[in-house]
Amino acid sequence: MNTAISLENVTVAYRRHPALHHLSGSFKRASLTAVIGPNGAGKSSLLNAITGAVPLSDGRVSVAPDLQPSLAYLPQRTSIDRSFPIRVDELVQLGSWRKTGPFGRVSRAMRDAADHALAAVGLEGFGARLVGELSAGQFQRVLFARLLLQDAQLILLDEPFNAVDERTTADMLALVQRWHGEGRTVIAVLHDMAQVRAHFPEALLLAREQISWGPTAEVLDESHLAHARRLSMAWDEEAAFCVREAA
Amino acid sequence: MSVLSILPLAVDPFIEFGFMRRALVACLALALCSGPMGVLLVLRRMSLVGDAMAHALLPGAAIGFLLAGFSLGAMSAGSFAAAMLVALGSGAVVRLTPQREDASFAAFYLIALASGVMIISIHGSSVDLMHVLFGAILAVDDAALLLIASVTSVVLASLALIYRPLIVECCDPGFLRALGGRGGLYHFLFLCLLVATLVSGFQALGTLMGVGLMMLPAVTARFWARSVGGMAAVAVLLAFVAGYLGLLVSYYADLPSGPAIVLVAGAFYIFSLLLGRHEGILSTRFLRQVHKEF
Repeated sequence: MNTAISLENVTVAYRRHPALHHLSGSFKRASLTAVIGPNGAGKSSLLNAITGAVPLSDGRVSVAPDLQPSLAYLPQRTSIDRSFPIRVDELVQLGSWRKTGPFGRVSRAMRDAADHALAAVGLEGFGARLVGELSAGQFQRVLFARLLLQDAQLILLDEPFNAVDERTTADMLALVQRWHGEGRTVIAVLHDMAQVRAHFPEALLLAREQISWGPTAEVLDESHLAHARRLSMAWDEEAAFCVREAA
Repeated sequence: MSVLSILPLAVDPFIEFGFMRRALVACLALALCSGPMGVLLVLRRMSLVGDAMAHALLPGAAIGFLLAGFSLGAMSAGSFAAAMLVALGSGAVVRLTPQREDASFAAFYLIALASGVMIISIHGSSVDLMHVLFGAILAVDDAALLLIASVTSVVLASLALIYRPLIVECCDPGFLRALGGRGGLYHFLFLCLLVATLVSGFQALGTLMGVGLMMLPAVTARFWARSVGGMAAVAVLLAFVAGYLGLLVSYYADLPSGPAIVLVAGAFYIFSLLLGRHEGILSTRFLRQVHKEF
């Protein structure tokens, strides 16, 4: 059982137009993979398909049974209401959700763990602030602190470094490297190719379908990237129905 | 006029008259429940949904009235059923079509409101209509008080139980979903509690004024408190004080009690809008803005 997530012919469509189609392959355990591709290439749809947030039009996603209960997902920043009056430490303590559930008590130990996680992302003493008072970078650090607390074996990050300054990006990348070193499986949607080349051993290049998947150096080939750009621009309202058979 | 000479004016009506005492207790029960419900509605950006649901009570109350006369039990059960129908209907539309929730709520409550007014005007008098729309807090008897207190207690306890998932579902729905949490379920339970709150306030304040006691203090609370708990506490306090002052005004000036209560709550709102500690218009403009080194 070397596979963390296997995808069979995965297709996600919105109003019949595919955001992602006929994607097959697998993420290995303890792998660190960057998911890249132009806007609208189906990168977020892939993560949503893995968490089960969007229904599949076709195909199957299977997450290894032992990893399923240990999945953590960092959504794109826009899905979180930052004006909501929740305190930083309260948000981080949600990382203990697997232990507390919706109704259980947050123990002293969990509070301490949350404070430690905050310190680990460089935000010691920020616990009592409201999340709305934080800068974009600080807010992203808070979300990483929550991920630390979740102690997940399978971690999905959707554009974790968007609108975040260099220093924060470097710090958070170090955390991602640490998770990788600890044998956790990490999948991150990213845009910065230099970052991907430098820090991510594997890459999956998408343009609604798989262009290339494998070692980063091979995936980031100029011919692959050009192919992805061409495909991503194609949008035909009258497009014929896709009749491709499952591989 | 010294404080001592005002005191009797402030308490005498309640000492003298049983109906004033019952009305005050009803206000306290409703305030305890409406405060936190209102704050959650505001935070969930559902301020107008409360209003829509209040209108949705009407046909149910009207049918209850026709079947059983002026029976609080029948009218409450009817309103609860009607409002749940609207909530479920809008929920189903959101699930089955790309329509947004506020749009489908608007569609369903307008249908409900029109049918309610139609039923009442065919079979009742306009006095009945006024009563259903605006309530009669001074006519609250022991049975009604018991009903109000029971419903608000159950709502408050349920709210405490689902508080955490409700908050998370509101500020970070993606997180709850990734953990396999049933966000939709808590949203639905919240709508049930909303309907129950409105039904409990319906005898006292009517379908329309009841929303006032829920929303005005909640919106006002944001000018005074930063945390969710703090806002709920402020909202409860404001709702109760509005109830108390509204009853006094209505007693001495011989004005209808429901609108008096809501207008007092409205006055608190206007005051806070101008002078509130957090983001009050005048307090942010004219107070010297000090800032710290870090």
